[in-house]
Amino acid sequence: MRPGPGGCCCRRPVRANGCVANGEVRNGYVRSSAAVAAAAAAAGQIHHVTQNGGLYKRPFNEAFEETPMLVAVLTYVGYGVLTLFGYLRDFLRHWRIEKCHHATEREEQKDFVSLYQDFENFYTRNLYMRIRDNWNRPICSVPGAKVDIMERQSHDYNWSFKYTGNIIKGVINMGSYNYLGFARNTGSCQEAAAKVLEEYGVGVCSTRQEIGNLDKHEELEKLVARFLGVEAAMTYGMGFATNSMNIPALVGKGCLILSDELNHASLVLGARLSGATIRIFKHNNMQSLEKLLKDAIVYGQPRTRRPWKKILILVEGIYSMEGSIVRLPEVIALKKKYKAYLYLDEAHSIGALGPTGRGVVEYFGLDPEDVDVMMGTFTKSFGASGGYIGGKKELIDYLRTHSHSAVYATSLSPPVVEQIITSMKCIMGQDGTSLGKECVQQLAENTRYFRRRLKEMGFIIYGNEDSPVVPLMLYMPAKIGAFGREMLKRNIGVVVVGFPATPIIESRARFCLSAAHTKEILDTALKEIDEVGDLLQLKYSRHRLVPLLDRPFDETTYEESED
Amino acid sequence: MDTWRPPVQGICLPRSASGPARTGLSPSLTAQARGGGDQRAAAPAQAPPPRARDVTVPRHARVDVPVAFRKEAQRLTMANAAEQWVLVEMVQALYEAPAYHLILEGILILWIIRLLFSKTYKLQERSDLTLKEKEELIEEWQPEPLVPPVSKDHPALNYNIVSGPPSHNIVVNGKECINFASFNFLGLLDNPRVKAAALASLKKYGVGTCGPRGFYGTFDVHLDLEDRLAKFMKTEEAIIYSYGFATIASAIPAYSKRGDIVFVDRAACFAIQKGLQASRSDIKIFKHNDMADLERLLKEQEIEDQKNPRKARVTRRFIVVEGIYMNTGTICPLPELVKLKYKYKARIFLEESLSFGVLGEHGRGVTEHYGINIDDIDLISANMENALASVGGFCCGRSFVIDHQRLSGQGYCFSASLPPLLAAAAIEALNIMEENPGIFAVLKEKCRKIHKALQGISGLRVMGESFSPAFHLHLEESTGSREKDVKLLQEIVNQCMNRSIALTQARYLDKEEKCLPPPSIRVVVTVEQTEDELERAAATIKEVAQAVLL
Repeated sequence: MRPGPGGCCCRRPVRANGCVANGEVRNGYVRSSAAVAAAAAAAGQIHHVTQNGGLYKRPFNEAFEETPMLVAVLTYVGYGVLTLFGYLRDFLRHWRIEKCHHATEREEQKDFVSLYQDFENFYTRNLYMRIRDNWNRPICSVPGAKVDIMERQSHDYNWSFKYTGNIIKGVINMGSYNYLGFARNTGSCQEAAAKVLEEYGVGVCSTRQEIGNLDKHEELEKLVARFLGVEAAMTYGMGFATNSMNIPALVGKGCLILSDELNHASLVLGARLSGATIRIFKHNNMQSLEKLLKDAIVYGQPRTRRPWKKILILVEGIYSMEGSIVRLPEVIALKKKYKAYLYLDEAHSIGALGPTGRGVVEYFGLDPEDVDVMMGTFTKSFGASGGYIGGKKELIDYLRTHSHSAVYATSLSPPVVEQIITSMKCIMGQDGTSLGKECVQQLAENTRYFRRRLKEMGFIIYGNEDSPVVPLMLYMPAKIGAFGREMLKRNIGVVVVGFPATPIIESRARFCLSAAHTKEILDTALKEIDEVGDLLQLKYSRHRLVPLLDRPFDETTYEESED
Repeated sequence: MDTWRPPVQGICLPRSASGPARTGLSPSLTAQARGGGDQRAAAPAQAPPPRARDVTVPRHARVDVPVAFRKEAQRLTMANAAEQWVLVEMVQALYEAPAYHLILEGILILWIIRLLFSKTYKLQERSDLTLKEKEELIEEWQPEPLVPPVSKDHPALNYNIVSGPPSHNIVVNGKECINFASFNFLGLLDNPRVKAAALASLKKYGVGTCGPRGFYGTFDVHLDLEDRLAKFMKTEEAIIYSYGFATIASAIPAYSKRGDIVFVDRAACFAIQKGLQASRSDIKIFKHNDMADLERLLKEQEIEDQKNPRKARVTRRFIVVEGIYMNTGTICPLPELVKLKYKYKARIFLEESLSFGVLGEHGRGVTEHYGINIDDIDLISANMENALASVGGFCCGRSFVIDHQRLSGQGYCFSASLPPLLAAAAIEALNIMEENPGIFAVLKEKCRKIHKALQGISGLRVMGESFSPAFHLHLEESTGSREKDVKLLQEIVNQCMNRSIALTQARYLDKEEKCLPPPSIRVVVTVEQTEDELERAAATIKEVAQAVLL
C-alpha cells in the first residue's frame, strides 16, 4: 500500500482510472507510433495513430492495459473492508480494549494542539502497518544483483521489528536502481574511489561558492558536459535537491510551469518553491500539453492577462512508477512551436537508455541542444549519489551564481565524485575497455527479455518495452503484502507500491532490471514470479502475448500461459 | 447648483496633495500646496492662476453674495419657462408634421432599439478569437530568455578552486593557506580513523545505495548511525537525511501545514526559510533573539485565538530557531524560549548545524550548553557536514515526533539514502567525539582567543559569540552600496589569501533571502589551528583590513 516509507519515487495525483495518454480510446493496449502497422498486425488492438508518427525514428510501444472490471470492483471492496476494520480497531483502541502500540505525546505537552490530526494517520495505522514489513528491509551488502537482507521479526504486528541476527543471503535484487551494475565493491570504480578517499577524506565542510569547490568537482563537471553533449554542466550533492533547489532559480512569479501529472516529488516541490503558476498535463499526453501551451500563450496570465514571461515544461525521461518513456520527439516539436523551455529529468533514464547510455535524448536520436535543461542523478546508473544539470553555458553560469545549492549546501563528497567519474568514463569507453558499452547492451537485452516473458505469462505489465522499470499490476491491497512476502520467501527482493504512490486501485510490484542480472538470475526470478503469480492469481491480462517461435522458451511457462 | 463656500474648501487640491496622511506627503509640503491654493483663489479673474487646471475655483466666488443670489433665481425661472415652451412646441410640431416624417422617425426609433439589442450580441462574438488570431498571438509571443545573462565579473561566477583536501592546510587557487573558512570544527575531515572506517565501508558496500530508504536503500550502517546519534544526543530516536540542507527543509513541512503558525527568528538560515515556504504555513518573524518581540507575537496570537477558539484548537504553533545562527554567529536564548514554549504552548524546532559537536561539555549542542532537558525541545536537527565532517543531516527527538518523518519527510522518502561510507565516517567521528570530550573545551578556548584578538580593528566589527567557532566580520561603516561593500570585503579576503590565510565571505542569494544579512567575512575556528596560527591570522586580518579600509 503505502510505498516504503511514504514514498516510492513518484508523486501521484489522482488521475483518471488507468487512463492512457494521447486522448485515444482508454483501452489502448498497445500504443505505437512508428511501428503502428507492425503492432497492429501483432495485437489488433490499436486505437490510435499518433499524428507525429514521423518524428519517431524507432518503434515506440507502450502498454497500459485496462484494469479488468471485476478486479477493480474487488479492489474497492478490499479497501472498503480494510477501512471498516480500521474504524473498528480505532474504536477498540480508543476504549483501550486493544493495546495501543504507537508512541504517544509527552505528559507535559498533552494540552498542546495535537501534532497530528487524528484521521491523518488512519491509513498508516490501519492499512500500511499491516504490511509494513515489505519496506525498509535493511540490507548488509552491496546492492548488486544479489543482496544480503537482515532477517527481522515483529511480535507486535509490525509496530516494531526485532533483528534476529540471521542474514538472508543471496536474495535476488529486483528493487535497487542499479541499472548498469555499477554498485560494486570491487573493480576500477571502487579502487579509484578508495584512492581519492584516502587523499581527500569524505567531507568538504563548505559550499561551492565559499571554499568547497574542489578540483575534483571541476573535473567531474567537464566530464558530465562531455558525456551529455552539452556546453557545460553543474553537479549537486543530492538528486532530489537538484530539482527542488534549481527550478526556483530558473522560473518565478509570472512564469508558467507545465508539469506532467506523474512527475517526481522533487520536481513538484521545486515548482512549488519557485512561485510560478503550475499547470498539470495528463501523463505523457501531447494533446493535453499542446492545449495548455496554446491556451497559455493566447490568454496569458489569469486576471491580469499579461503574457507569461516564460513557459517551462517539466518532464521525466523514464517515469519510475509507470515504466513509461517520455514522448520526447513530440515534446520537443511542441516546445519549439510554442517557444517554451524544456526541463528534462533523466533520473532513471541516464545511462539506462540509448545505444551508449546517454539517456532518452540519444534513445530517440535527438539533439541534446534541443533540451534546455538536462537534469539527472548519479544515484542510479552510476552507483553513486548526487545530481547534475547540463545545458548551455549561459544557463550553467547563471546557476553557478544563483543556484540555491551552490550557495547554501555542502558540495559532493570527493570519493563519491570519483565513483561518478570512473563509472562515467567506463560508460564512455574512456577506460580503454568496452565494459560500459556491454553493460548498456546487457541492460537493454535484459529489459526486453524480462518484459516479454512476464507478458507471456499473462501479467499486466505497464510501460514502454525498452524501459528497465517494469511495473507488474497487483491491484488488490491484500496482494501487495502477499506478493512481497511470497517473493522474499523465495529469496527474491521486490518493491511493492500502493496508494498514495499509485492511484488507489493500481497497486503494483516494480522490478528494476540491471546489467548485473545474468540470464540465470532472471530465469530464476521469472520462474518464482510465475509461481507466485499463479498462487495469488495475478495473471489478469486478457491480451496474452504468444511466445515467438524462434526463441527458446521455458515449457512450463508456455503451458501455464495457455490457460 | 453652485453654492458658495469659503475659498479654501472649494479648492480641489492637486490629487497628489489631497490626502497628506494617505499619500505620505510631509505636512509642510501639504501646507504649502494649500497655501498656494488660497492665493490662487484670491487672485483676480483677469490673471488666471498659473496652474488653473489643478484648481477649481467656485464660479461665483468673486461676485457679491446678494447679486449672485438674484441672478441665480432669475436664471431658474427663465429656464423653467423655456422648458414648458419647448414641450408645447413639440406637441404642436407633432400635429403639424407630415405622415411620412412620422413614419420615418418611427422607423428610425425602431432601428435604434434594434441596434441597442443587437449590439451586445456582436460584442460577445468579437471577444472570441479566431483561429487565425490565435495563431498570430502565438507567433507574436516572445518569451524572456531562460536565464538572464550573467556579467563576466559577477562576484560569484568564478569559484575558488581547491586542489587536494579542504583540510587544515588548504591549497586555494594554487596557493597554500591555513584554512579559516571550512566548517571543519573538530578537524575530523582528514582524520585517519575516519578515513579508515569509511574505507572499510567502501570495501564492503561500494559507494552508492541505489535506492531510497524504503526500497532496499536501508543499510545496517544507517540503522547503526541513527542509533548512535540518538544515544549521543540522549533522545529516543534519530533519523538521517542524505543532505544537510534537506534536513530541516524537509522536517518543517512534515509537521507544519497550511493554516499552522510558525514563529521564526529574523536571522534564520536559508534552509529554514525554504522549509517554511514549502510548509505554506503562516510565518511570523520576530526580531533576532528578541524574546520580548516573540512574546508580543505570541500574545497577539493568543488574543486572536480567543476570538476563534475553534480554529485555535487545530492550529499548531511552532517556534523555529537556530542554536548558533549561521548568519550572525549568535546563540539563541534557549531557556527563555523554553519558558515561552510552555506558556504559549508552542513547539520548538531547533536547528543546530553550527552548535552540534561544538557547544556543551560533550558537544551535544545548545541544550547541553544551557543545561536544558533535551525532551523540552520537540525536534533538533543538525547537519553532519560541519563538526562530523561527513555529508548529510539528522533530526532527533522523541519517537512520537521523529517517526512521523519516515513517511512524511520528503527529503527522506523520495531521495536515495546516504552512501554507506559517509554514514560509516559519521559513526567514527561520533566515536572520536565520545572518546575525547576535552576537544570541545579546546575549541572553545581557541574561539575565545581569536575573538579577542580580532576586537578593535578599525573598520571591521566582530559579530557573534566569543565561543562560536563561526563568526562574522562586518564593515563598521557601510559605503552605502552593497556591491561596494562586497568588493571591499573581497579585497580583504584576497589579500589574506595571498598571505596564506584562507577566508571566505558569507555568500547569500541577495534576492532570495527574506532578511538579507549585511555582507561579511566568515571566520571559522577549528581545533587544528595552533595558537601561533590563530595569532597570525588575527594579525594578518588586522593589517590587511587597515590597508584596505583606511
